[in-house]
Amino acid sequence: MYTQGLDQSGKGDPGARGEETAAQLDVFQARIDAEEKIEAKDWMPEAYRRTLIRQISQHAHSEIIGMQPEGNWLTRAPTLKRKAILLAKVQDEAGHGLYLYSAAETLGVSRDEMVGDLLSGKAKYSSIFNYPTLTWADIGAIGWLVDGAAIMNQIPLCRCSYGPYSRAMVRVCKEESFHQRQGYELMLTLCRGTAEQKAMAQDALNRFWWPALMMFGPNDASSSHSAQSMAWKIKRFSNDELRQKFIDVTVPQAEFLGLTVPDDKLTFNKESGHYEHSDIDWQEFFDVIAGNGPCNKQRMAKRRKAQDDGAWVREAARAHAEKKAARSAAA
Amino acid sequence: MSNRAIPATYATRLGDNALVLGQRMIELVAASPELEEELANANFSLDYIGQARMFYTYAAECEGGGRTEDDFAFLRPEHEYRNLLLVEQPNGHFGDSTVRALLFESWYVLLLESLTQCADEGIAAIAARAIKEVRYHLRHSSQWLVRLGDGTEESHARVQASLDKLWCFTGEMFVADELDDAMLNEFNGPDLAAIELQWQKNVAAFVAEAKLEQPDDQWMASGGKQGKHTEHFGFLLAEMQHLQRVYPGAEW
Repeated sequence: MYTQGLDQSGKGDPGARGEETAAQLDVFQARIDAEEKIEAKDWMPEAYRRTLIRQISQHAHSEIIGMQPEGNWLTRAPTLKRKAILLAKVQDEAGHGLYLYSAAETLGVSRDEMVGDLLSGKAKYSSIFNYPTLTWADIGAIGWLVDGAAIMNQIPLCRCSYGPYSRAMVRVCKEESFHQRQGYELMLTLCRGTAEQKAMAQDALNRFWWPALMMFGPNDASSSHSAQSMAWKIKRFSNDELRQKFIDVTVPQAEFLGLTVPDDKLTFNKESGHYEHSDIDWQEFFDVIAGNGPCNKQRMAKRRKAQDDGAWVREAARAHAEKKAARSAAA
Repeated sequence: MSNRAIPATYATRLGDNALVLGQRMIELVAASPELEEELANANFSLDYIGQARMFYTYAAECEGGGRTEDDFAFLRPEHEYRNLLLVEQPNGHFGDSTVRALLFESWYVLLLESLTQCADEGIAAIAARAIKEVRYHLRHSSQWLVRLGDGTEESHARVQASLDKLWCFTGEMFVADELDDAMLNEFNGPDLAAIELQWQKNVAAFVAEAKLEQPDDQWMASGGKQGKHTEHFGFLLAEMQHLQRVYPGAEW
């Protein structure tokens, strides 16, 4: 109940935030430190709640916007089997979106509000979905690299301190790892195919490698939300740690495909056991986050169009439900 | 026609209906009015693609010539496709795609019901699987027809216009050709005249519940079952077959 009260704090409710005492915060942190799960009805600091709403809704928005770059190849998938696999994947993404919006709703925010924030541009989604899918190989690269990076990020979230989010992540991760394997298998098929197909696969890796590394977020030194999220056990590993883990796992996979990772400075350091890589072009990352990526405007325009085109349908459904309720009340 | 050629050609035609409608629905991905509808649309198109795969694979088996499901889907020209004109019609708005689904599924569910009893075991088995999915699709499309018809003034007007526009594509479903006759006579296949009577009754009930007007008897378009399609169809195939045509013989 308290979380619902907090939800109204922006609309002038009686100072819920001011009631957070040091003692409450200590008890809360002690629960976190003891690895207890925080549930929807438990007391939580307002900043914890807001951080989670921001993170979970961004995650949900990413699933929904992420349907677009893959949807771009659904009508052109080269075989019926590939078409069915891709369609099932896109359907899973809609399901993840639904599931995550529901998890965020347990924190006292409605799906309509969250979607409103996405459409107004207030809320963000993963930068990766602002890159275009130009060839069929991009569908493989997205499954392999983008889902691969997402899993790396999300596996630790299965142990996130907030119960509803961590449970949602368990299910989402199972499906993502399936998608990742399918993406890799698609790449493998292309790499074992004709010279043109292999070139297509290499081109997709060239375009998606750096944006995939950017999915882990800014360097630790410049990540604004990290320290507090780590203390609250929303986050378990730093951006750079996860990125390194992803590179270490993915480079040998690229070698197995016979593809070249587009980084001249990529070398394996035997002492550390990790790959060293070139600096990431952070200017590109911040540009895309700020709305200046290749597809930002297109993605948002399509989302807004779907929302606008559907307005009369949602209105009809509401009107019909009201008529039906009125009729059964009268009967 | 040889005995195996009849089920082969008939299964291909069923596969064509399922694939073309599934492909049209795929065009709607990421454009639904609600997230729940997004899931329903993807789910249903997945069902249709799955049915097409089963029908094509079975047709290839009956032919015995080594064709695959993908040969049927990606390497046939427009005139070899034998789907109904109704399923290839463009999506239009939500009311249009709802009416298209309702008119087709009201027919398809009756056809499949009959096919579960036909003498060709392969087609009967696929029909038994497909009918479970299509019953559910029809429940969904008919509920939306009612919501839109008995919703707001705007939704009523829009969906009435959809019904008026698409009605002329329903006649073809009941015109039996040589293949339908062969299927009926030799394999205890669907009797399209009986299906027409039941379809009219069922659709009239949906239309009445939705407070819509059933369109008057009118000229009916036909040709899909003979491979003569509407202008929209070539674009659907061009897009769908793109990679297989550009890179002939490649494995995907």
